[in-house]
Amino acid sequence: MNGPHDLGGQHGLGAIAPERDEPYFHADWEKRALGITLSCGAFGAWTIDESRHARESLPPATYLAASYYEIWTRALETLLTRHGFVTQTELDAGHMLEKGREAKRVLMADMVAGVLAKGGPCDRPVQTPPRFVVGETVRTKNFNPETHTRLPRYARAKLGVVEAVQGGFVFPDDNAHGKGENPQWVYTVVFDGREIWGEGADPSLTVSIDAWESYLEHV
Amino acid sequence: MSDHHHGHGDDHGHHHYDNHFTDMEARVKALEMVLTEKGLIDPAAIDAIVETYETKVGPRNGARVVAKAWSDAEFADWLRRDATAAIASLGFTGRQGEHMRAVFNTPDTHNLIVCTLCSCYPWAVLGLPPVWYKAPPYRSRAVIDPRGVLAEFGLELPVEKKIRVWDSTAELRYLVVPERPEGTEGFTEQGLADLVSRDSMIGTGLALSPEAVR
Repeated sequence: MNGPHDLGGQHGLGAIAPERDEPYFHADWEKRALGITLSCGAFGAWTIDESRHARESLPPATYLAASYYEIWTRALETLLTRHGFVTQTELDAGHMLEKGREAKRVLMADMVAGVLAKGGPCDRPVQTPPRFVVGETVRTKNFNPETHTRLPRYARAKLGVVEAVQGGFVFPDDNAHGKGENPQWVYTVVFDGREIWGEGADPSLTVSIDAWESYLEHV
Repeated sequence: MSDHHHGHGDDHGHHHYDNHFTDMEARVKALEMVLTEKGLIDPAAIDAIVETYETKVGPRNGARVVAKAWSDAEFADWLRRDATAAIASLGFTGRQGEHMRAVFNTPDTHNLIVCTLCSCYPWAVLGLPPVWYKAPPYRSRAVIDPRGVLAEFGLELPVEKKIRVWDSTAELRYLVVPERPEGTEGFTEQGLADLVSRDSMIGTGLALSPEAVR
């Protein structure tokens, strides 16, 4: 979707403002937000792709004004209500009012180390051979789906060169919407800065994305 | 927030992506209460997650990887070919480090990592990302004006140096291996690791010189 999250190349968003000796958390609620988000992810009721889509579906004004832990928290409320674990009325009340759906897995303290160390690999075998080869010039597709995609706007309908075939991975555009993992080959595609930004582009710049096979066309 | 010290004094157009304390405090408290009452979360698990990222998984992990790559050509070669396995051999695995790639700075090319679409970051080697990495200014500007971005970190690269920006749009997570500073011959891996800052592994900085840490 052409949402507020697709930020590459936008102007006017201000200074980077790196903070010296930045702490990991700026408030206690951020710690809880991190832990709650990861704990709820462990239910296995939704995928990381659905989470990302819930975050980018926040109203643009909310998204752009929010800290990242706020984005996570708001999206988590959406996911929990969508999947029947809690109701909005309960969130407003701050207490359980009805039983709701049970989780297949609840992350207990003694499971944390193992779960974090394992992570969630999303590489998958792909049955077909890669359609593109290293060194090949390709064009990225021009599309504007209202649904989830990982092809940023700035890199659509651009000529780039395949630099690496990175393996088969779960296809987020489908997986975010419960349509299955449908793995595809992922390629690192590198673009000349001038191809993307045109006039006035930094001549020393190249930018790469990691693109699923269906994002690419032969030239 | 005004009580934070930022590296740069220009407040014009400066957004505070780490505020909303009281509103969010209430919201997160309600969420934790409802989920705990339902038996869906274990508050002690949250403590364990926080402790992991406050004390165990952070940029010192990545610094060890870089220091080893500087000292051991065979390891550097492995890191280039199969970063996930090479990094796992040092004990760094797991969440947001499942599919690692290491990119090496050279005299010709400087690498810079960003996630324009969200906040993808190699947690297993760098820990939790800093606020600026996840905020709109960095995510919007890194791909179009990397030199302007680097200048705000106090890094001016020669004009002839090529800049390669890696936008983390898929599940690969990138670690920059900065160039080894001069004057570090004979340094131990620990001595070298002390020169490797978090920002040098994102590409918004360089490794420190031995004089800088003395």
